[in-house]
Amino acid sequence: MPMTSRRMLMLAPLGLAAAGGVGFYAMLRGLGTGGYDPHGVPSVLVGRTPPEFSLPPLAPSGLPPLASADLQNLEGPVLVNFWASWCVPCVVEHPQLMQLKRQGVPIYGINYKDKPEAAMEFLTRHGNPFDRLGRDEPGRVAIDWGVYGVPETYFIDRKGVIRWRWAGPITPEVLEQDVRALLRHYA
Amino acid sequence: MRRLLLALALLAAWVPLALAVSSPSEMLPDPAQEQRAREIGRQLRCLVCQNESIEDSNADLARDLRHIVRERVAAGDSDAAVIDYVHARYGDFVLLRPPFNLLTAALWGMPVLALGGGLVAILLLRRRGAAPEPVPLSPEEQARLAALEKDAAQ
Repeated sequence: MPMTSRRMLMLAPLGLAAAGGVGFYAMLRGLGTGGYDPHGVPSVLVGRTPPEFSLPPLAPSGLPPLASADLQNLEGPVLVNFWASWCVPCVVEHPQLMQLKRQGVPIYGINYKDKPEAAMEFLTRHGNPFDRLGRDEPGRVAIDWGVYGVPETYFIDRKGVIRWRWAGPITPEVLEQDVRALLRHYA
Repeated sequence: MRRLLLALALLAAWVPLALAVSSPSEMLPDPAQEQRAREIGRQLRCLVCQNESIEDSNADLARDLRHIVRERVAAGDSDAAVIDYVHARYGDFVLLRPPFNLLTAALWGMPVLALGGGLVAILLLRRRGAAPEPVPLSPEEQARLAALEKDAAQ
């Protein structure tokens, strides 16, 4: 056997081990920074327009209802937030939604599998960040969006295209790092 | 005897139900359709618990998805169409058997690579282990060998 191919054969396992090490390091780093989440379900809607839907309003709130027609030809980017009064992380993210509302960012809410009285009580107690609010009591619209837990938030640009999806609460860090950057980029 | 066998067959068909679809109200009235729905459900991942199929999971979302699968099956959709319906909403993640594409090529190719690599290694090792073919004797050597053999015979 020629010398070069024999050397190659000896280096091959080393090369494989090195490639594995680099991959493993990238995974661990991603886990630390949040760039890689093996449990995350990537949204198929990113880069597309939302599915067709039309939801009834939460009557006592006096807010207008939400339908897919309200997510076309917008004046600026909007957030669509799936939430429920029984969802604890929704309480955690609520102050951030209120902050966005104060800064004039329109947020459209979809109340997921909730009782109207409980949803209304939640809004009275924690404040209302929503410009529109639809009720999805059967949870079918949520499934059409590919929602797999609450809260979940979608960023829609002025053309009505979904640019970003966040599964989990919008923490102050997510607000500062992700939402602000998106608002600047798609302003 | 036949009755007993029938009862046993029914029991065998009923046991998995206790694990999966918990309430009879979830099931389709047509057993053949219910069987199909269950087969489809076993191929779909529960997105909440993630290591179970929607047939095995007790999560609310899994129950809703089981419901949708049965709804589509009852509406006359083919198995592929039902799976496409869920796949269109939740992406590749929802499929317990990942599709073959650029991202999953390494995953699907790994057994072939490992097996092929092993075979190549075995072949190379065998070739190295085998003794080299002896060089044929030159005419002078052959003549000397003949002379020696002649001596030994005497």
